[in-house]
Amino acid sequence: MITEIGHFALILALAVAVVQAIVPLIGASRGDVAWMRVGGTAATVQFLLIFIAFLALMHAQVTLDFSVLNVVQNSHTHKPMLYRITGVWGSHEGSLLLWVTILSLFGMAVAVFGRNLPPGLKARTLSVQAMVGVGFLTFCLLASNPFLRVNPAPINGDGLNPLLQDPGLAFHPPFLYLGYVGLSVAFSFAVAALIEGKVDAAWARWVRPWTLAAWTFLTIGIAGGAWWAYYTLGWGGWWFWDPTENASFMPWLIATALLHSAIVVEKRDSMKGWTVLLAIIAFGFSLLGTFLVRSGVLTSVHSFAVDPKRGVYILGLLVAYLGGAFALYGIRAPSLRLGNGLFSPISREGGLLLNNVLMATGAATVMLGTLYPLIVQAVGGGKISVGPPFFDSVFVPLMMPMLLVLGVGPLLSWKRADLGAALGRVKLAAVIAIATVIITWFAQGGSLRLWWAAGGMGLAAWLAIASFLELAERLRLFRAPLAESWRRAIRLPRSAWGMSLAHGGLALVVAAMFGSTAWQSQSVQNQKIGQTVTVGGYGFTLKGIRNVKGPNYSAQQATFVVTQDGRQVAVLHPQQRHFVMPPVPTTDAAIQGTVFGDVYAVLGGPAGPDSWVTRIYFNPLMPWMWVGAGMLALGGFASLSDRRHRVGAPKRARAAATAAHPAGA
Amino acid sequence: MRRLVYLLPVIIVLGMAAFFYRGLHINPSIIPPVLVNKPAPPTDLPGLPGHKGLKTADLMGHVSVVDVFGSWCFACAEEHPTLVAISKTDVVPIYGIDWADKPADAIAWLKRHGNPYARIGMDPSPARTVVAWGVTGAPESFIIDRHGIIRYKRIGPITPDIWLHTMLPIVRELQQ
Repeated sequence: MITEIGHFALILALAVAVVQAIVPLIGASRGDVAWMRVGGTAATVQFLLIFIAFLALMHAQVTLDFSVLNVVQNSHTHKPMLYRITGVWGSHEGSLLLWVTILSLFGMAVAVFGRNLPPGLKARTLSVQAMVGVGFLTFCLLASNPFLRVNPAPINGDGLNPLLQDPGLAFHPPFLYLGYVGLSVAFSFAVAALIEGKVDAAWARWVRPWTLAAWTFLTIGIAGGAWWAYYTLGWGGWWFWDPTENASFMPWLIATALLHSAIVVEKRDSMKGWTVLLAIIAFGFSLLGTFLVRSGVLTSVHSFAVDPKRGVYILGLLVAYLGGAFALYGIRAPSLRLGNGLFSPISREGGLLLNNVLMATGAATVMLGTLYPLIVQAVGGGKISVGPPFFDSVFVPLMMPMLLVLGVGPLLSWKRADLGAALGRVKLAAVIAIATVIITWFAQGGSLRLWWAAGGMGLAAWLAIASFLELAERLRLFRAPLAESWRRAIRLPRSAWGMSLAHGGLALVVAAMFGSTAWQSQSVQNQKIGQTVTVGGYGFTLKGIRNVKGPNYSAQQATFVVTQDGRQVAVLHPQQRHFVMPPVPTTDAAIQGTVFGDVYAVLGGPAGPDSWVTRIYFNPLMPWMWVGAGMLALGGFASLSDRRHRVGAPKRARAAATAAHPAGA
Repeated sequence: MRRLVYLLPVIIVLGMAAFFYRGLHINPSIIPPVLVNKPAPPTDLPGLPGHKGLKTADLMGHVSVVDVFGSWCFACAEEHPTLVAISKTDVVPIYGIDWADKPADAIAWLKRHGNPYARIGMDPSPARTVVAWGVTGAPESFIIDRHGIIRYKRIGPITPDIWLHTMLPIVRELQQ
């Protein structure tokens, strides 16, 4: 019964979405306020209906209603309660329902928080948001319905992939979706502005918080995914340039570019056409990611079940939305008077432009690497795989100049900056960076083989110190009495805190990436009980193995005592788990972070009477990656809470006044 | 002309969509069907430095086991002691295909774990040969009869149990 209510609510939501797509759009073109207002009401109703459907599916999963096909295929009586709940989005159908739930949630958020928006823009934005909703709700109902029944109902279900029964995996998809799908708002705003034929500084100010929110969630989602891969796959790695990872990384890169270009539109009334394009592309990459993961065109460890029919449907949606938006852009952009004034390359906007160019090139590179196998295959070149070497040798060097500019960019003034003076203010950062390169070089034995690691450490130090100096200068830290610095710190806009946190966090992430890649030590062996293996200066002693029982698996659990210079650092308990339904073994790595890095142990199978295959790693600097990712996300939230984004409707009149000044100089 | 520039994005999207559409329809062939009872795919791999390479001709005239491995592969380390034990019995030669590996890593790995392979062909990425063999992950192993036809495929590590009760009887029968 509850399942049917959910099914029916989803159908009603589609009907409401159709109304929301049509009525406000007509209202906006006629200037009819009542018709425009329908958008806000419809957006709220649409969300409530889809949320009812979502709860209905959750009810079926939690109560193990095996008359529902989706539950049969993905659950089992042995499944713990936590994973019955998270199992709602563990399947293709359920995760698509989460997708549309979040899409409508953002639609409602625009309706609720967008009180300051001009009614025309708001009505058109909600209409476009609903157009996206109509496509995906139809897809949900026709090709991936989670509410289908089976008759007769089986006694038990098929179980859920044990790899998915993990807290990390259970919780990162909702964040990824909040990010992916959150970019739909920027898309809707861009298309609405194109329909309206008006892109100005006020528009950029309205789009920015939505992009920022999506970017922050996407950051958390990507970091969560990397963390999951790091500790469950047991390879000691955290990023594999897998198509699914790339699918989340490409929108992140474009969203990062969009965040920064929107600042230029807001402050300088320039780069408008480009920013609109980025807003469309960012969501375009979300759609591309959805297509790649769900159609089975590319093989990936993360892929949902292969179904070409679904692939064709999502491809159709991709072409309709992305092609439609781009066509509109092609028609409207030439007549928009986008005012892409020239500006000096040495200026804040010059630095932000470089950020945009490199981020967009980076995203294009990742896209090329991800799609290349598909392209080769389509032209009859057979099946190939583009491995991490391509990305490491093309993408990574591309990002290096960006980190260099990132250190000094925030110190440049708008319009025309004095590069010499700006560099003078970060002299200390340059000195420390060079010292870091030299020290790292000597510390690793002065060999040329890992020159890039020394360079990477130098870049990280440069970025970290330069970001700190920029903040210190704003607070007059060490120059003024501490009380004054404190007063300044309180008055400093939260968006400035956000920037410093995010840039500093990026420095930590860069340091951890290079450190863990360059100096990871690992050792695989048949280890006897009582035997000590030394990896990265830490002694790992295998104390014993015992059998433990989980809710739906049994496991062998090892006990490692990790010591450094005779002092105990950690006790690790890696497990080899054997799930009952379906019968699949998984490894559960044990990790303990220290200031210097992670000690990481994985238990394999038995290798003899008293001996086990063990795999031991020391991953230098790894904990800092999660600290850095946390700072990136915190920076996003800090900036989002800036009062400029919350209160005071930016006035179009003021924006027009800014525009009156010739852009550039 | 200027207008055309603005239309570039939509043209790119349509072009990409055409590729995706084709990609969807050739999708079922992404992983070639299991090749059991079919001739081993054409193979001509250079040897790991210091080892003999692997060609199709090497698989003719005798029964052999072909094992796909890599020094990066955890499960391969698990399977390896079994392979070393098999190689000591001299029942059947084991040929290795070293998948997407750096030669130095592979040599160091074999030094540490022992070398059960009579020949080792290198298949660095993009690993066309491994894909042609229908391998979906390492380790995977094949039993090849004296006419170069694949008679058995094992996905995952070979355990002593699998060897004694499943693979060895097949090898013995083919050797008759």
